Amino acid sequence: MAPDDTRGPDDEPVAPARFVRPYTITAGRTKAAVDLPMEATLRIQPHDASADADLGAGAQRVLDLCDQRSVAEVSALASMPIGVVRVLLGDLVQQGLVRVQATITESSSQDERIELIERTLRGLRSY
Amino acid sequence: MDFAPTSAPRKAASTKIVIAGGFGVGKTTLVGSVSEIVPLRTEALVTNESEGVDDLAAVPTKATTTVAMDFGRLTLAEDLVLYLFGTPGQRRFWFMWDDLCRGAIGAIVMVDTARLDESFSPLDYFESKGLPFIVAVNQFDGTREYDLDEVAAALALPPEVPIIRVDARDRESAKQALVRVTEYALLRLTQSLTVNAN
Ligand SMILES: Nc1nc2c(ncn2[C@@H]2O[C@H](COP(=O)(O)OP(=O)(O)OP(=O)(O)O)[C@@H](O)[C@H]2O)c(=O)[nH]1
Ligand SMILES: [Mg+2]
Repeated sequence: MAPDDTRGPDDEPVAPARFVRPYTITAGRTKAAVDLPMEATLRIQPHDASADADLGAGAQRVLDLCDQRSVAEVSALASMPIGVVRVLLGDLVQQGLVRVQATITESSSQDERIELIERTLRGLRSY
Repeated sequence: MDFAPTSAPRKAASTKIVIAGGFGVGKTTLVGSVSEIVPLRTEALVTNESEGVDDLAAVPTKATTTVAMDFGRLTLAEDLVLYLFGTPGQRRFWFMWDDLCRGAIGAIVMVDTARLDESFSPLDYFESKGLPFIVAVNQFDGTREYDLDEVAAALALPPEVPIIRVDARDRESAKQALVRVTEYALLRLTQSLTVNAN
């Protein structure tokens, strides 16, 4: 069930303080190039293997994991903080290696929202 | 994967529902009982994401803490996946709530009647953000069973907010809670359409 937590003084899960090493993978950048909701599903785009050659180890790891998974899943499976994964995925999207599937966003029309929520409801009822 | 579409093809998509509530109220249990995967955990670093530091290379030794979120996954159709995210409890992690709630269908606020006050801040939060939410009373063994009306009154819930009982350990019960919040979110959207049309 729930992974073990380190309990803080107020009994909430709190991980120990640590230094900001994770963002060295992104050369210190914390802002992703594209908007990546936690639940957004990624799809690898067909590309030449040569395009992979220039990728850093972090980006390669994320690329290997991401197909048909959400941003949150990639973060959990790669054991990288969500912000780091967003930066890496954002780069991969900009390089045309990865595509982001639809979610509800601020720019979704009312019709799009209704359509997605109706689909979710139908799916849940027969889940 | 390419079919010749006779009508407009449906876009593959994912959606999410947020599971909120006080400490130990059963959020992870509920996620786990409906999820097709063992709940996964993702972490966010608190320092930069809450304070908007753009370039951490400039502050390489700044200490940071992490906040963890559990989530589960339900594949509802070949082209539709629903994610359930449990919110981190503490107030200082509310910056994560904004991230979790953006684009969410709605939220389930889980309530333990022995500790009603712990649900006040999640309720305040969703009300202020206008995110559709329902209240799910998680009945723990050996606790008094209150009328849902009593609980709604004690929480000063607006009359339109659905309140249900849930057993977070039971898949069917958890599923019903998800159906309910999704129905409510849809109702809210379609009602706002009729209001706008008039
Ligand atoms: N009797 C009973 N126990 C429950 C129920 N739901 C959860 N529990 C138990 O309550 C405890 C806390 O449940 P969790 O699911 O970890 O609660 P949580 O809200 O995720 O907790 P935090 O993430 O730590 O805030 C666990 O020991 C569960 O087994 C329920 O419906 N009935
Ligand atoms: Mg939990």
